[in-house]
Amino acid sequence: MELFGIFFAAFLINNILLIRFIALCSFFGVSTKINTSIGMSLAVVFVMTISSAVSWVVYHFVLSPFHLEFLRTAAFILTIAALVQLEELYLKKMVPTLYRAMGIYLPLITTNCAILAVAFLAIDYRYNFLQSMIFSLGVSFGYSLAIMLFAYIRERMALAPIPKWFQGYPIAFITAALMSLAFLGFTGMFGL
Amino acid sequence: MNLWKDLNAGIVKENPVLRLMIGLCPVLAVSNNATNALGMSAAVAFVLICSNWVVAAIRKLTPDEIRIPIFIIVISTFVTISDYIMQAYYPELYVALGVFVPLIVVNCIILGRAEAFAYKNPVLNSVLDGIGMSLGFALALVSIGVVREILGAGSVFGVTFFNPATAATIMILPPGAFITIGFLMAALNKLEKKVL
Repeated sequence: MELFGIFFAAFLINNILLIRFIALCSFFGVSTKINTSIGMSLAVVFVMTISSAVSWVVYHFVLSPFHLEFLRTAAFILTIAALVQLEELYLKKMVPTLYRAMGIYLPLITTNCAILAVAFLAIDYRYNFLQSMIFSLGVSFGYSLAIMLFAYIRERMALAPIPKWFQGYPIAFITAALMSLAFLGFTGMFGL
Repeated sequence: MNLWKDLNAGIVKENPVLRLMIGLCPVLAVSNNATNALGMSAAVAFVLICSNWVVAAIRKLTPDEIRIPIFIIVISTFVTISDYIMQAYYPELYVALGVFVPLIVVNCIILGRAEAFAYKNPVLNSVLDGIGMSLGFALALVSIGVVREILGAGSVFGVTFFNPATAATIMILPPGAFITIGFLMAALNKLEKKVL
């Protein structure tokens, strides 16, 4: 039940894009077509799960025993960058279909703040290993849900008559505001 | 003249937030009150100016192939410094900004300016570019913060404008951030034709 709570809170209540405002660059950048948003979501789910596991291990078994917590910013970002490179090599060789589906989004993820944020948040919340895995799954599913819904709406919106000054980014922000309002409605569900 | 142009570019013409659409996450997340917005702008300005300065100073020693990891190490050093300074002297602000302080390290503005400007220009120009970009960032962040706090809480910097009970609380909740920036951009699009 506790694990379900962590998952649900990360998935909908504190949705990383619409409520927490992390990784917004990719939210507006790759959501113009449904296909690109699906590729990005796949890459985020894949990288976030592995990198949060590795950064948890790095923090608790390398930085903590040697009292090097102040290095966590540098350590996490270098770990994630190295990991993304390794994953890219592995996927290219072993699972080429998945590699093609993710395309250029895999390397871009290195600077996606969502990945780094999940690593920091799992430390700040003092999650154990299992909890931080469930948390990262919840966050990455929440990311996928929000970005795919947003891409569907934006594809529809391309055909709508929108006032001239609102075309492009302004109307996208207002759409995001309405989605965020809808996600706010999940607050308080299951007593969370 | 050239130096003036470097300083000026970031403020309006290439404003990082409203024109280039980068570094959005902290802008939306910490703009629910003007004081937090000011604190965040100061932290970003410190990291951006220092990292531009160091990257420009070591640009001739940096091998081209590994420049991005080097930029990241320089940036994360300054982020860690500002993280600890804030924790020591401004604990309330540190709690309010939360995870967004360490996340400055992946803020696209900082890595973007290191790669696009500081790596190719002398130290003085790079520092001026850093100052200009920080001012542009602060301008966008604080103006969104002021609008949201006035509409959402009825007061700004301790000055009360109207009864908080009649304020639109939605403006200090997450959706308010999206609405404010959407309308601000639409207004800029309209003004651009007339003024700029």
